[in-house]
Formats: sequence, C-alpha cells, structure tokens
Amino acid sequence: MSMLNLELPGLTLKNPIMPASGCFGFGKEYAEFYDLSKLGAIMIKATTLEPRYGNPTPRVTETPGGMLNAIGLQNPGLDAVLTEHLPWLEQFDVPIIANVAGSTVEEYVEVARKISAAPNVEALELNISCPNVRHGGIAFGTDPSIAAELTKSVKSVSEVPVYVKLSPNVTRIVDMAKAIEAAGADGLTMINTLIGMRFHMHNAQPILANRTGGLSGPAIKPVALRMIYEVSQSVNIPIIGMGGIETADDVIEFMYAGASAVAVGTANFIDPYVCPNLIEALPERLKKLGFSHISECRGLSWKNSK
Amino acid sequence: MAIKELMRIVQHNEIAENIFRLTVQGKLTKQVHEPGRFLHVKVSEGTTPLLRRPISIYDVDHEKKELTMIYRVEGQGTKLLSTRRVNEKLDILGPLGKGFPVEKAVPGEEALLIGGGIGVPPLYNLAKQLVKKGVKVTVILGFQTESVSILKEEFEKFGDVYLATVDGTIGTKGFVTDVIQMMGIKPDITYACGPKPMLKALKEQLPNERLYISLEERMGCGVGACLACVCKVPNDLTGYKKVCSDGPVFQAEEVVL
Repeated sequence: MSMLNLELPGLTLKNPIMPASGCFGFGKEYAEFYDLSKLGAIMIKATTLEPRYGNPTPRVTETPGGMLNAIGLQNPGLDAVLTEHLPWLEQFDVPIIANVAGSTVEEYVEVARKISAAPNVEALELNISCPNVRHGGIAFGTDPSIAAELTKSVKSVSEVPVYVKLSPNVTRIVDMAKAIEAAGADGLTMINTLIGMRFHMHNAQPILANRTGGLSGPAIKPVALRMIYEVSQSVNIPIIGMGGIETADDVIEFMYAGASAVAVGTANFIDPYVCPNLIEALPERLKKLGFSHISECRGLSWKNSK
Repeated sequence: MAIKELMRIVQHNEIAENIFRLTVQGKLTKQVHEPGRFLHVKVSEGTTPLLRRPISIYDVDHEKKELTMIYRVEGQGTKLLSTRRVNEKLDILGPLGKGFPVEKAVPGEEALLIGGGIGVPPLYNLAKQLVKKGVKVTVILGFQTESVSILKEEFEKFGDVYLATVDGTIGTKGFVTDVIQMMGIKPDITYACGPKPMLKALKEQLPNERLYISLEERMGCGVGACLACVCKVPNDLTGYKKVCSDGPVFQAEEVVL
C-alpha cells in the first residue's frame, strides 16, 4: 500500500510531490527526463490573459544557497495554454494546478473562469505574490482585504477548488491567510519568493535588469517553515508548502511544520530528476522515522507541543 | 538526449591567464555529436553557488569517451570549478542546446569561423567537422590581449588563422571585423561565437542569411523551463527564443541582439 497518497480539495495525489509554478514551464522540458505521471501534481507556469514577454535580461543571479529571479510572468497567454499546453499534458496521468495571474481583478477572473474549465485542471493556484511585475502580482498579495476580494471573485467563477499562493513579503502572514480563508479559498500554497537585490562591484548597479528579484532556494527554507508553522495553526484549510526543498528530509520537515503536500521549485534547475528522486526516497525515510504514512507527519511540530 | 552523469576528470590545467582546459570521461560522451552544444556543470558539492554553470564543448573523443571544455574563470562558480582535481567526479548535465549546423555548409564551400574571447573554444570541433566534410575553413580569433589569446596552433590544423587583439599585442590591432575588411574575406557561410557587441557588428557586416551565431546569457535551468535566458525575436513583441534550448546557436535573422 502506498505511504504517499493524499486527498486535498480537488486533488487526488499519488504522492505529495509537485513541481512549483514557474520552475517547470508547462512540463515539456522535464518530460524529456522522466514520465510526468510519476508526479503528485504539476503546478504550471503562471498564465495571464494575453501573452507576456516578461522582463529584460539578466533575469537571474545568485546568492549563498539561493538565487534571485525576475522573469516577470513571461507566458504564452491563456489561449495558447488552453489550446496547446494543457491538451499536451493530457497524455499524462497527473492533475494540473493552473497558476492564474493578472494585472486587474477582471483579468484574474477571466483567466480563472476559462482555465478552470479545462479537463485536466483540477485546481487553481491564485498568484497574488509575484514580486517581479509592476501591476498585479504582489500588489494583490500584501493587503488582506484586497486579497480577500480577489479570492472571492475568483472563487465565484472557478469550476475547481482555489488555492491562494501567499507572499512572504508581508508583516503578518497569518492575517493574510485568515482573510483569504474567510473569503472562501480551498487551500493555501506558500511561500512565494522573498524580494531581494544584488549589485555589481564595478558600477554599483543592480545585477538584475528588473533591479529586484525573488529569492528562492535552500536559503529561504527556514522562512517558509516558520510561516507554514504559524499559518497552519491558524487556518483550517490545507497548505501546499514550498521554499528551498531539495531532499526527502526537507519534505518531511515541511510536513512537520504543517504542510499537507509540497512543491519543489529551484531544485529542478539543479537536478531535473529531483521530483522523481524524492518520490522514490520518501517511503524508506518515513519508515526509518517510524511512520507508516506521510500524512502522519503533518503538523507534528505543533501537535506534539500542545 | 541529455543525461546527468558523474563524470571523471582526466585532465585539468590552466592554458592561459585564467583560462582552463578540462577533460572529463564518461558515457555522456556518446550523446555528443553536433558542435556548439554545451554542458551544464555543477561546480559545488553543496548549495553555493546553487546553479550549474553552462560551459561549451571544445572537443569530443568518442573512442576514449572524453569531452573537453575550455572555460575562463569569471566568478565564484568557475573559480571553484578550477580547483577540482584529476580523478574527482563532476556532476554534469548534457549535452544541452542546439549547436552549429554543419549540414548548412556544402563541400567545396568556404566557411568563416569567428571567435571572440572565451567564445573561441566551441568553434574547434566545428572546424574539425567542417574540414572532414570537405569545407574550406578560415578562422578569425579575437582577444583582448596576447596573454588571453588561445588555440591559434590548434586551429591552424584546419585552415588559415588570423588573430586580432584590442591592444595589438598579437595579430591585427583591432577587432575581428577589421580583419574581415582588411583581408577582403567573402565567405559562403559564417559561424561565430563571442560577446554580443562582436556578434552585433558581424550581423551588420556580413550577409545574415548564412550567418550562424552562438549567444551567451545567464542561465537558470539550462533546459528551457525557467525562461531566464530568453532573447527577443524580430517583429514580435511577445515572441522569444530561449538561448539554452532554442539556441545557443541561431541563424542571425532569428534573434534580436
């Protein structure tokens, strides 16, 4: 019997491992390396109504244990996602979580309405936390009432459960989470990247063309864990955790903090096989730690201390 | 097909100021045919620097199962790479990207190969394959200064080699474009790899139709998923090409520099 299968709103997962949005395109590149049906789910690249080119390059730079990116929501637009990318993904036995982005409430609603009707889209991930675009993105994710309004609007048109992706670039993440839960969200995904900068030595100018970028990778893991620890004790909807996951122990640590499943982002860039490797490594690690199913790990950090 | 392999270092030495020659051995070699593709090398054992480093392939020896790269120590990642010793294993993903189209040159034609700085090495295997096919090869190599000029003798096996240096310490004082003009070179087909200003100048100087250029950009994943290394395409505001997977080699008219 599987030690890894899970049920979350809208999602029947073979395992808790899914590639995070923006780190996996629409799956095609990684399908060259392994069968995508092995994955718990796939969070596809953020989709906006119209195609977007994104930011000028350089779009990435590094920092100890992490990287900064400022892609700027580059994507082929809703029509191309609906007619090319999602149909292509239908060959795999894997639920798709569609990441929805926009500059206005109307755009979010329009994308959510259409993309949630696609046959293989089992849930939406509402992107209110992209730090790299001037309009939309994080502007919706730092004010609880604005985030709640948007969640409500998207919930009212979506044919599938709605998960909201939280930004760590806020003072009180629990307030955000509670407002979004009250607005009807089915789940949370967290955390998006932390806003950061790097500068050139020779001319003192920012390395990234966008000036600021989103920090991801192992460097942000403790921040993600702390936020999941706080939020998971304050809301009753499930959390898909992310932020620097690389190993099976990282996955279990996120579960201890309070996540129900996890997404793997930056690690895909370093090892394209990281997701299937984690899925393979997890059962043995769980057994060693004395668990018979992954769900037993969830929230153990605070359940034990209460 | 790209694979990920722990390849054994069989040779690693500095061939010019801050420029290293690195030979690795493994079964990944079997996948390497087209010149101008690259390897994505994990330089650290830990998480800093986090990302792999894209390094072009200089030459391949299928019999010995060896791949050679020539790279310049540029930052923290390549500096760390330069400390790796013979017999250590390197985590390499590759071969990645689309390389130089050897098939676009017809036997008997004259091909011009232009390299600038650390853009020179990937032209070596290209020259080898072109000559083997019966294409006449002329090579122009441009460098900042003599101490970083590399591979002249190696390329002389394949055809005439002209050097240009910015400070005139060796070869023509000036740029590769000056050499083309001075020598009145009129190639049938041109392949180039080097810094963007050089490629831009070539695009203006030479007919674009049969000009193939290899681009460099900061990369994330190296396989086309993260969209870190995109470049614009002509007459399309939202269109783009990915340097890592649609390139790094493009027909000159395909991309906006």
